[in-house]
Amino acid sequence: MSPLMQGVTIIVVGVGLCVSYFFLSNWLLDRVFLPARGQHIDRNINRANAIRPWLFLLPAVIALAVYLAYPVFETLRLSLFDRDQGNAFIGLANYQQMFSEPKFWEALTNNLLWLLVVPALSTVFGLLIAQLTDRLWWGNIAKSLIFMPMAISFVGAAVIWKLVYDARPAGTEQIGVLNALYTFFSGAEPQVWLTLPFWNNFFLMVVLIWIQTGFAMVILSAALRGIPEETIEAAVVDGANPLQIFFRIKVPQITSTIVVVWTTITITVLKVFDIVFAMTNGQWETQVLANYMFDKLFRANDWGVGSAAAMIIMLLVTPLLIWNVINARKELK
Amino acid sequence: MRVRSSNKAMGSFVGQRPALSWAVHLSMLFIVFLWLFPTVGLFISSFRTADQISSSGWWSSLSTQEQQRSPIRITGTETQDKGLYVVVGKLFSSEAVVLRAWGTSSKRPNEYQPGATAQLKRGRSLTIDADGRYRFTAQQSQAGKRLPRVFTTASSPPEFTFRNYDYILFQGDNSDSMAKAFLNTFTVTIPATIIPILFAAFAAYALAWMEFPGRSILIAAVVALLVVPLQLALIPLLKFHNEIGIGKGYLGVWLAHTGFGLPLAIYLLRNYMVSLPRDIIENARVDGATDFQIFTRIILPLSFPALASFAIFQFLWVWNDLLVARVFLIDASGQTTVMTNQIVELLGTRGGNWEILATAAFVSIVVPLLVFFVMQKYLVRGLLAGSVK
Repeated sequence: MSPLMQGVTIIVVGVGLCVSYFFLSNWLLDRVFLPARGQHIDRNINRANAIRPWLFLLPAVIALAVYLAYPVFETLRLSLFDRDQGNAFIGLANYQQMFSEPKFWEALTNNLLWLLVVPALSTVFGLLIAQLTDRLWWGNIAKSLIFMPMAISFVGAAVIWKLVYDARPAGTEQIGVLNALYTFFSGAEPQVWLTLPFWNNFFLMVVLIWIQTGFAMVILSAALRGIPEETIEAAVVDGANPLQIFFRIKVPQITSTIVVVWTTITITVLKVFDIVFAMTNGQWETQVLANYMFDKLFRANDWGVGSAAAMIIMLLVTPLLIWNVINARKELK
Repeated sequence: MRVRSSNKAMGSFVGQRPALSWAVHLSMLFIVFLWLFPTVGLFISSFRTADQISSSGWWSSLSTQEQQRSPIRITGTETQDKGLYVVVGKLFSSEAVVLRAWGTSSKRPNEYQPGATAQLKRGRSLTIDADGRYRFTAQQSQAGKRLPRVFTTASSPPEFTFRNYDYILFQGDNSDSMAKAFLNTFTVTIPATIIPILFAAFAAYALAWMEFPGRSILIAAVVALLVVPLQLALIPLLKFHNEIGIGKGYLGVWLAHTGFGLPLAIYLLRNYMVSLPRDIIENARVDGATDFQIFTRIILPLSFPALASFAIFQFLWVWNDLLVARVFLIDASGQTTVMTNQIVELLGTRGGNWEILATAAFVSIVVPLLVFFVMQKYLVRGLLAGSVK
């Protein structure tokens, strides 16, 4: 059987099983176990209605419990044990070992740098573009083109930007546009951008900003359009200039949306892995936590320290998690 | 429509200041140009030959270029002709390239005109014509010796080729091939998109329209799980998969993507289903429809926009994923590699071969781009529903 046919068969069987679970479980409930007929009809209907939500929820709840909830606790456990000593409890030794590694501190400081720069610049660019395109007849085309990098994988984006940063020896034609411009305007030797410590972090961040700006733009653009026109008209009548309208009237009214965009991008930044993995793999002082963790888990094969690093990421996410839950509960009420 | 009239108000307001309006047009043009430039560069590079890519920037590929190329070493089989050892050949693979000047030392790369003969040391000589054909002669056999390098300045018209795509996709089983990875990516993506939608749709209906104890706790749990980094799940789940005998493979990667995609799916779909009119559902209940019937006949068709939104998210996310595939799918045999992983491998082995990298990257990008442009409306709706509260 060709791989394609095999794939199609597996897809049909897998999806078919899922569909038939829902269909059969409901059929059994309604027709076999608690039929809506006979002498206990009322009791049966009530019981069936009490059970049915759980039939609907069962696969999702199991998947969430096994694939997201359980791993959080298991990772915590793994970070406190040592695999090489027959799974002995070693307290915080993994964390101590991690804190003694300069590479960890490099990853943490770089991650904090990413957290400062990427959400800020993506949101600012997104807001700027949303405002500029709002007035243009070709604004939707422009937005769609700036939004496009959202569809491109981090790995694809890494290749795209590696070409931008490409460096050829001095004296030959530069094929990376950054070096072409740099040598043309400064006359200096071409730079191998990705190996310049400290600054190379920013060259990597550019890739994520390039991708996330479209996301910020789409959401902020919708928020800008939701601003009641009366407030703007009143400002125009009062003789406010466009800058004043933007900063004093529009921005204050969409603050909550800006915060949501900011935090969403922050969470993305905390998990950033592919870009660093594909472009520098953490060399030249560009390590970040997610890649450091991957390195520990799968290259050094050190599950203890790897799990400890994962817990640090979890710790950084936790405030946002709590904030999200509080907001959601407010909404439900 | 408030939005329209607001725009009109702004438009007339801006219309009073044409200079400002032009500034907006120009700065937006500049930003769009900036955003597109890197991708266009990759796209154009994928249609250029290795020669062209390494000799000039892609932005100059649209005009005829006269420039100094990287040095080419003379190669070929030696023949004997009238007591001389002769090597003939051609410098450029393309017919359209015209030689302007050449030399044999990096200090004087333009020493000779086309057609001239250079007398080299130890009785050797080299003649190169304008079309790049060369004739190298020597009095002793040059077997085992390095033949001279040639520095050239040549002009080449714009020229594009599909050869890279042919090589990457249709040349069978070379290690650079993307064909297998392309199929594998599809095999991963389709079930990993459909299964979470199915699970989430039923769960979202229960959370939106069914009364049962613990409902609000479950909703809060879904919101909390939305932000749990999947990094935490890698080792525990890999262990779990090994224990239940799935190991690394398609089943494992589908399940993992299902689990990781579910919070967003349930969240998006529940929010959408809650906003559907209560009357429809209550009327159906009064008419004696069961929840299963209400769900499959009424709610599911009405929820199409939300289903489409999530489907696109999940499709793009799974298609573009590297981490989950590397951890749960790709084993040492490499038979189940996906495109993102294949590209990372190529970055390692073919770091400087931009014709291969660019083409491989573009092959992997083209499907999500198509989905993006065709279904953009739903993607935007989903984004708005998912993050604006």
